[in-house]
Amino acid sequence: MSILGKLSLDSIPYHEPILVTTFCVVALLAVVIVFLITRYNKWGVLWNDWLTSIDHKRLGIMYIVLALIMLLRGFSDAILMRTQLALATDGDPGYLPPHHYDQIFTAHGVIMIIFMAMPFMIGLMNIVVPLQIGARDVAFPFLNNLSFWLTAGGAILINISLFVGEFAKTGWVAYPPLAGLQFSPDVGVDYYIWALQISGIGTTLTAVNFLATVFKMRAPGMKLMDMPIFTWTCTWANILIAASFPILTAVLALLTLDRYLDFHFFTNEGGGNSMMYINLFWAWGHPEVYILVLPAFGIFSEVVSTFTGKRLFGYKSMVWATASISILGFIVWLHHFFTMGSSANVNAFFGVMTMVIAVPTGVKLFNWLFTMYHGRLRITVPVMWTLGFMVTFTIGGMTGVLLAVPGADYVLHNSLFLIAHFHNTIIGGAVFGYLAGFAFWFPKAMGFHLNVKLGKAAFWCWLIGFFLAFMPLYVLGFLGMTRRLNHTNNPQWDMWLYIALIGALVIMAGIVFQLLQLYVSFRDRKENLDTTGDPWNGHTLEWSTASPPQVYNFAEIPTIHDIDAFTDMKEKGTAYVRKDNYAPIHMPKNTKAGMAIAGCVTVMGFALIWHIWWLAALGLLGGFISLVSRAYTSDVDYYIQPDEIIRTESAHLDSNNVAKG
Amino acid sequence: MILLLTRILSKIALAITVALLAGCQGGVLDPKGQVGIEEKQLIIVATVLMLLVVIPVIFMTLYFAWKYREGRNEIYEPKWSHSTKIEAIVWTIPIIIVIILGVITWKSTHALDPYKPLKSDKDHINVQVVSMNWKWLFIYPDLGIASVNELRFPANVPVSFQITSEATMNSFFIPQLGSQIYSMAGMITKLHLIANEPGTYKGYSANYSGPGFTGMKFNAIAMDSEADFDKWVEGVKAGSISGVKNNGILDQSSYDELAKYDLHAHVHKPTPVQYYSSIQPGIFMNNVMKFMKDYGTVDILEGTSFDVPKMRQMKNSNMNQGGMSHGEMSHGEMNHGSSEDSSHKMHMEEDK
Repeated sequence: MSILGKLSLDSIPYHEPILVTTFCVVALLAVVIVFLITRYNKWGVLWNDWLTSIDHKRLGIMYIVLALIMLLRGFSDAILMRTQLALATDGDPGYLPPHHYDQIFTAHGVIMIIFMAMPFMIGLMNIVVPLQIGARDVAFPFLNNLSFWLTAGGAILINISLFVGEFAKTGWVAYPPLAGLQFSPDVGVDYYIWALQISGIGTTLTAVNFLATVFKMRAPGMKLMDMPIFTWTCTWANILIAASFPILTAVLALLTLDRYLDFHFFTNEGGGNSMMYINLFWAWGHPEVYILVLPAFGIFSEVVSTFTGKRLFGYKSMVWATASISILGFIVWLHHFFTMGSSANVNAFFGVMTMVIAVPTGVKLFNWLFTMYHGRLRITVPVMWTLGFMVTFTIGGMTGVLLAVPGADYVLHNSLFLIAHFHNTIIGGAVFGYLAGFAFWFPKAMGFHLNVKLGKAAFWCWLIGFFLAFMPLYVLGFLGMTRRLNHTNNPQWDMWLYIALIGALVIMAGIVFQLLQLYVSFRDRKENLDTTGDPWNGHTLEWSTASPPQVYNFAEIPTIHDIDAFTDMKEKGTAYVRKDNYAPIHMPKNTKAGMAIAGCVTVMGFALIWHIWWLAALGLLGGFISLVSRAYTSDVDYYIQPDEIIRTESAHLDSNNVAKG
Repeated sequence: MILLLTRILSKIALAITVALLAGCQGGVLDPKGQVGIEEKQLIIVATVLMLLVVIPVIFMTLYFAWKYREGRNEIYEPKWSHSTKIEAIVWTIPIIIVIILGVITWKSTHALDPYKPLKSDKDHINVQVVSMNWKWLFIYPDLGIASVNELRFPANVPVSFQITSEATMNSFFIPQLGSQIYSMAGMITKLHLIANEPGTYKGYSANYSGPGFTGMKFNAIAMDSEADFDKWVEGVKAGSISGVKNNGILDQSSYDELAKYDLHAHVHKPTPVQYYSSIQPGIFMNNVMKFMKDYGTVDILEGTSFDVPKMRQMKNSNMNQGGMSHGEMSHGEMNHGSSEDSSHKMHMEEDK
């Protein structure tokens, strides 16, 4: 074996025109970005204010930037697949051979769930949760930075797989024995394992961090049942992460042992059994979908109550509904494989349990409805996403309950009906929620408003595109078309496949509008500054800070008397008060340790994928040394002095026209 | 470019014509077998039941958003956030619907259990199904023949499938006849189907299993009568069916030959239909059990008291019968206590 392990010049797919073109575009973009940063002399800003930052708000923004980049990557995969399926009809092989196509649908699933939806959700959570509970940062700011870089490390690995070697050809679930060494001897599955493993550890650490934050760092007076609803839904999502991601870590570790050390957990031979993998995978995989969607539910609750200018209807119901969804989410995993041959009793139990989840979910929908009732709804972009969600998600929920009936699942499982269902809930539920949250909190995080016209255009393209792209898949499921087919030969399916492609193109227009919206809003930011910090007349504490919030969030930690804490303060006239003196604020210092540790771990992952053992050892050692040296660093904090606080606070209060005291 | 465009346009025109003419033909909503018919009814009942809530919710969403939008002087109660009456109703309605659906689910899951033999005045035809990379092998153990990528049986006669896999996991699925079931190596799953009318129905692997997966299709042909079917069986036995390759006997070596595949080939053509005029008895079960053969053996333990074959020998002599360890039973059998005779069968296979 050579010094580079399995890596050789043949591993570079230079003979694949699509990949070479992609590489050129990516390289060109990188050159342009490097040029722009150098031209405007922003390397210092990038390094000091962003890459080494441990400020939860900046990390949140970086998470969302990562999510948007990965959205583009995952969506390109989607367009490639839809084009292939629209061309490869009636016996035509299309332009993507299975070798390439199978990698694309695997990458699409992994990227969209692990590297688009998760960072988007965690990004919003990072920006908002500490502000909503009146905290100055998360409980462990450095750990937060490390979590981000571990997630980014996983994302980097999955993108390297595009140009060095190949990605898994197993579907995003990577079921053995297909994902085992016997049937997938190449490096694709190893990329899958290490990308998920490294980012998964980052996600677990995030959950631990935010649980500690929410339980220990709430402002005085804020009882658990006074927490804003978004914080509550994030907390349940974090509980789910803390409980379920270790299962993923374990099952991937077992698969790793199978592939690297000739163990036989999931192989056909040697006493292995792939059913164990499938059970464990979904014991993580099902809670995972609630991890994605619960925070989105929280966002909708905030948006509806803010823009109707009303308290959220049934706050307690909402909290308990979220709790029951979280707990029930753990006892339904078997509905992902009713067709594996379990007995009728087992299937029926898991089917009924799954349906029970529809109850708290239905309650949530009704509560949003009754929040609108007797309100004054302002039809803004976040509200449009919310209304779009309520219509779309209801349909997705219905098809979900249908799939929960084992008798129906026997014919709908593994068909395009299933694909339509989960895109219906993940796009129509989670993604619409994140985009609502994006539009809602953007002025808070960035200090200027998003362009409304382009935002509305993006919404309509997404909504219409969604229906055009996925309703045909429901029909195709009923017509008996199964998933992951490379080409088809059934004239009855053709038209629906064409419509689905058109739908994907309309969604693409929506994404283009969003990019345009970001560009135009940034260009015109001077005219659209949010100077008040409270552009929507918000209910919760994040709106009491400036936009973007002061680095220390709160000059003085507020005392809480109500669920809608900021509305309460505004009504009592205590929202904006000038003080003559402040106590110094204890703050954490920026650090490059997170990047160093995650960077070393990523190098280790890459080396393990290619069996470059010396480099793997070096990466592990580097990560360990960075961690130890960080642990022995005492220069980790500083104080913001009162005069600087007074300056910052005065600027915020002046722009809100608070009389000088 | 223009050529491509014309080709695409003509394809679209064809697609629209076909869709207008055909409607829902050939899919799950056009079932031709008892199981499929019941499943279609189940889908319709469940959907209608849910629409009772779904339609009002969608309607109320749009209506409330319109009625209470800013600029209309509707009642405005910014502090109203609780009503026990409304909360009771919004919890109760979904609970009632779910209870009804739950009862339907419980009953239908038992009624449609794929493992349950179908009621019929005719005897079952036994078919043993093996998914290979990337083709289907159908063995008729009672008739002594086998076929590849073509499944024939008479209409109106229930078929009992025993399903396993030679390699990766697949799912055996004939949409117009009903349920699908996974095929897994070293294990047997079961399925019972019937065709209520003669015809050729498309069969697929519904679970992705590697590069040649798309070509894992077969025709499930429900023949007009049992006499027709018998004639076909005779034809296969005699090797007299023209146009289809007859491979002679299906024994372990021809089985291994058939199971070969090329993992690295990029494009796979579906394997053509072929027949076997006779089969080696027990070929199916041998290939299920072969994955268990050295189950539990570890080289460094050889000869010690922890050596599994030795332990097995000891146990056998103790129990004074050709039994097998408990672990193997649960392996071969999935978790079906009710699956009558096949564990017994497996004992016999092992003894051979």
